[in-house]
This record gives sequence, C-alpha cells and structure tokens, in this order.
Amino acid sequence: MNYRWNWGIFWQVSPDGAHTYFQLLMYGTWWTLCTAFFAWIIALTFGSLVGVARTTPNKWLSGFGNAYVELFRNIPLLVQMFLWYFVMPELVPDSVGTWLKQLPNSSFYTGVVALGLYSSARVAEQVRAGINSLPRGQRAAGLAMGLTLPQTYRYVLLPNAYRIMLPPLTSEFINTIKNSSVVLTIGLMELTARAREMSEYSFQTFEAFTAATIIYIVINIIVTEGMRRLERGLAIPGYLGGRIKKPSLLQRMRLRGVQ
Amino acid sequence: MFSDFDFNVIYRSLSYLFLDGMTFTITLTVLATLIGVTWGTALALMRLSGFPPLVLFAAGYVNLMRSVPLVLMIFWFYFLVPYIGQWITGSANPMRIGAFASSLITFALFEAAFFSEIMRAGIQSVSRGQTAAAQALGMNYPRTMAYVVLPQAFRNMVPVLLTQTIILFQDTSLVYVLSIPDFLGAASKVAQRDGRLVEMYLFAAVVYFLISFAASTAVRRLNRRIAIIR
Repeated sequence: MNYRWNWGIFWQVSPDGAHTYFQLLMYGTWWTLCTAFFAWIIALTFGSLVGVARTTPNKWLSGFGNAYVELFRNIPLLVQMFLWYFVMPELVPDSVGTWLKQLPNSSFYTGVVALGLYSSARVAEQVRAGINSLPRGQRAAGLAMGLTLPQTYRYVLLPNAYRIMLPPLTSEFINTIKNSSVVLTIGLMELTARAREMSEYSFQTFEAFTAATIIYIVINIIVTEGMRRLERGLAIPGYLGGRIKKPSLLQRMRLRGVQ
Repeated sequence: MFSDFDFNVIYRSLSYLFLDGMTFTITLTVLATLIGVTWGTALALMRLSGFPPLVLFAAGYVNLMRSVPLVLMIFWFYFLVPYIGQWITGSANPMRIGAFASSLITFALFEAAFFSEIMRAGIQSVSRGQTAAAQALGMNYPRTMAYVVLPQAFRNMVPVLLTQTIILFQDTSLVYVLSIPDFLGAASKVAQRDGRLVEMYLFAAVVYFLISFAASTAVRRLNRRIAIIR
C-alpha cells in the first residue's frame, strides 16, 4: 500500500481557516447526537401512540396503526428524506412552502422529522410486540376490576410492556443514531459528512473514516451501558428474579421478521 | 396543487428508470443477499465453533458492522477496496473498481453481519438432539452441519432472511451518496435534469412502496404456511 498515513492531520487547521479537523469532527458528532435525540423523541411519542392503537380492540384505530407502520416501513429512509425536503414544500400552500425553504437549518428540522417518523414506525412495531407479549389475562383482569380501557393501559399493561421493551428500544435508539447519517444527503454536516469533508480536503481518507468509526462505536457503547443501568434501575424487585429477562436471540429475530 | 403536475416526465424516462436503474438495484440486492447469506452463515459457524480466535473474529466483525452507519461503510469500502485490490494483485497503483463491484462488496460484507445474527439464531433453534443423533450415526462436523443442522436452520429462518432482504433492497438506495445510478439515483438524475423533483421522488416512493409492501405481504403469508406445517 502506498498510502501515506498522517495521524497528526486531526490537529491541523482545516481550509475554513478557523477550526482544526478534530474540532470539525466534534461539531459533526454534536449534530449527529442532536438529530438522533430529537428524532428519538418524535419516534418514541408517535411510536407509542401508534403501537398502542394497534393493540386496541377498535378496528379503525388498529387499522390506522397498521397502515401507518406499513407506509413508513416500506419506503427507504433516503426517499422519505427527499419527500420531506424536496417534495413537501411544493405541495403545501406557497407561503408556507417559501417559509419552510428559507428556514435557517432547514435540513436539520427536516432531517429530525423524517428520521423521527421513520423510526416511529419501528418503535410502534416494538410497542405492539411488547404489549402482545404480556399474558392475556392482564388486560382481562384490569377490565374486570372496573378499570376503563385507558386506565388498564396506563396502570397495568404499559408499565410492564415498557420494561420488557427496553432492550429492543435500546437497539432502535442506536439504529436512529446510525440512521441520522442519512441526513447528510440533504446537507446536514453531521459526523459522517464531516469525515467525508475531511477526506476531501486533506486526502487523509482513512484517518478521517477511522476517527468517525471510533466515535460511532464509543457512542454505541455509552448508550448500551446507559440503557443497561436504566433497565436495572427500573426492574421490579422479585419480578422475574428482579431482572427483566432479555428476549433470546431467536425471539428477537422472530420479532423482527414476523408481524 | 396537483394541477401543474407533469406525469409525462415519468412516462418519458420509464425505460431509463427501470431498465437501467431498477435492474441495477435488483441485481445488487440479489447478489448481495446470496454472498451475504453465505458469508453470514460462515460467520455464524465461526461464532458457534467454540474456537477462541474464530469466535473473537466473528464477534468483532459482526459488532463492528452493526455499530457503524451503512453510509459510512459505503464510503469506507469505496475508498478502501482499490487499495486492497492493489495489495492483492501487487500492482503499482490502486486498482480501479467499478461502481457496481464496489457497492456489491460493501453490501455483501455489511449485510453479512445481519445475516450472521439471523443464522446464529437459526442454528440455535435446531434442537441439540439433532446434532447428537447425527454424531451417533457417525457423521463428522461438516456433515452434521451440511446435512442435518443447516438445512433445518435455513428452513426455520426463511421468513426472517427474506425480511432482511427487503431491508437490504431498501438500503441499496443509499448508493445515491456515490452518485451511482440505481433506481433512486436514476430518478434523481431525471428529476434534476428536468427540474421535476416532486413528480420523480413521489414516483420513486410509490415504486419502492409497492415492491416492498408486496414482498413483505408475501413473506407474511409464507410465514403463516410454514407455521402451520411446523
């Protein structure tokens, strides 16, 4: 290999004249985390609502939930990104469209919405699976005790279901962080985009990508460890041996494949 | 708002979109799946082999691929593969590799990590008694795997493997970042040439949706049938 390695490149000033390459990568990391965080809030909110809707006895609600999930799951994220960024402003009334296009940081807001709704369909799938994995008697018992359906969800089903869902939701959150790299296609300078930019400016391609890879792995480890602690903190003592049993690999794969 | 739609632009570019773009996308999906499943199965066997160096290698490979975004991996391989090619062939300059080969290598190696997790679950779903029975019949490890364990593992995992293939089909749209004319890339080229972003992107979304939805409905049906047989 006649590639010239230069690990000192990170401390050199980039062509923008003010920041080192390391600083640019850190800005990228910040935008990646921001995008993923706000998208995750949308994903969790909409995903929970839609996931719950799919388990209710109401035909219209569950039908709407199913259609929602199918719509967002069967179109590639990149295409959804383009739809929100290029197509949506043209389909709304002109004044709104112009306002949207002139919004500062519009690629960030668009990216958050697109990524959030895309992830919400996947969260909805996990929420539905979590609620359905509870013993059927729990719902019946809640209703038999005179709780209304919303109360049964609030006090009986959801507290248990969310504890079961924590591990799959953790991996969905990590997916959201990884998928935030797709927002670079509409111009957000997040971590992958910064690494790409650094490789174009400095020709130190492999150093740039190695740095980005390590940063993603570190984020991954921090999130996994944080969620593990959360899981331990929320576990009900004495319930399932005080620890929530993680679904086995086989069960996880079944969950993904079969709806 | 739909009044100034120009559906003609879709009609005019149909042959480019499907004969060039979609052919690229489908070929990439099919080949990457085949290579990915093969390599993924090999990784799963390594991981379950109990031989520490192989276990470590397979676990490290799978975890690395699973913690890095696909977009970053596409960039990695796009720049790395020419150097690896040079290293293998011993030529003086980095090897020139076409867009198709580069993206095929990327997707095959990346998705292999996910296929490997599926196959690992599949192999573990085959009961221990099966392996014991094969060994009692005097079969060695490769035969046990080839004739007893893997066929059942594949069969158990067919729906999940197919679902992963649908995900792969959607993921191939990301080769857009290398300006490769897959289906979305082709649509995007026409969109920018004719200034018809709305029509082309909506059309692309509809096509992706129809294919993925039809495929996942078929997988669900297949799954129900297999479930009854079992």
